[in-house]
Amino acid sequence: MPKRGAFALVMTMLAVVLLLGFRTPADIAAITGGDERPGVTGSVGTTGVTTDGATDGATDGATAPPAQKQARTVTGPVVSTRWGTVQVEITVDGGQLKDVAALQLPGGDRRSASISSRVEPTLRSQALSAQSAEIDGVSGATYTSVAYARSLQAALDSAGI
Amino acid sequence: MGTTVSIDVREPLVEPAVVDDVVAWFHDVDARFSPFRPDSEVSRVGSGELALEDASPDVRAMFTLADELRERTGGYFDPRGHRTDRRPDPTGVVKGWAVDEAGAILRLAGARNFQVVAGGDLIAVGEPEPGRPWRIGIRHPDREDRVAGVLRVRDRAVATSGLYERGAHIRDPHTGQVPGGLRSVTVIGPTLALADAYATAAFAMGDPGIGWVDGQPGFAAVGITAADRVVWTSAAHEMLDLDAAVPET
Repeated sequence: MPKRGAFALVMTMLAVVLLLGFRTPADIAAITGGDERPGVTGSVGTTGVTTDGATDGATDGATAPPAQKQARTVTGPVVSTRWGTVQVEITVDGGQLKDVAALQLPGGDRRSASISSRVEPTLRSQALSAQSAEIDGVSGATYTSVAYARSLQAALDSAGI
Repeated sequence: MGTTVSIDVREPLVEPAVVDDVVAWFHDVDARFSPFRPDSEVSRVGSGELALEDASPDVRAMFTLADELRERTGGYFDPRGHRTDRRPDPTGVVKGWAVDEAGAILRLAGARNFQVVAGGDLIAVGEPEPGRPWRIGIRHPDREDRVAGVLRVRDRAVATSGLYERGAHIRDPHTGQVPGGLRSVTVIGPTLALADAYATAAFAMGDPGIGWVDGQPGFAAVGITAADRVVWTSAAHEMLDLDAAVPET
């Protein structure tokens, strides 16, 4: 699916960028082209990407960040794809990739967000387990919605959207 | 529409005739909107036999809503995407809207606590019994008799879009790989029309879909990833009950 392909490309680029070392605030400003660093209003699932060092995405002019002591967010480059632009912001904590947020998606609006230093990711996750719990109803994908999703994806692919 | 609908009304109960009205409503929607009925308004608009401006107000409103949603989701909810002839088709949003309207019928008749379920998507209004919210399970992708989590909701619509079969994933035609992404997305919001469309769009977006829903004011999302993790937005956190998990054996 084109959308996921584009996103995978961005993730790979970010992993390479991080392994190359620290980025200075000036680099980040140049890449994002903005005065303000957008906060994260949404996220994607956690991944297994491990980075060697925390990088500093702060715009407060700090130079060397405390090594791997605090969570840091890094705004990735704006990647142009044939389906539009993709930009992500990642949160790195203790040398591990903790969170990824999509700042721009093809066809989507760039979400404005309040500027704040986030301590925790907005997205949480845990391993899938099974519950046998007292419930009043169940929501789940049915054959109809599955077929619709498949068709939609295939149509998007074939239409190059 | 080939969809099973269930209506669960708690105290205060309504007259059986009201439930008949709701059933009749769904049949009416089916007659006017079903793309599988050649004589439905939607089919006739699609074939060109009926001009959209001559269709009933509901039908026109659904075409308009479907187009708006296509814009809002950047094309990931596409009212034409599932048709080989690419004609406009609001079917993807009609089911949710029909359920929302059924809820309005029940409320007007005096119901305060009820659930209306259509094909795995639902509205849960009020409380199933005094003092506690509706507990809505999110279907487990692998185990039919289990849920992956429980949502505690009052006055919310819950919609899920997904693919549960392993090995049946869409391959990214550009990489030849099965992408990461989501096995299912569950969206919780104020109306089922939007929750359902957003779930469809978010699922098609893959991993960023959960974040995209988070950006829609008033909507929360819970996803099950291809890596078998449950992922949820901060707005969903207070609704989600994961404590009753059964350890996998």
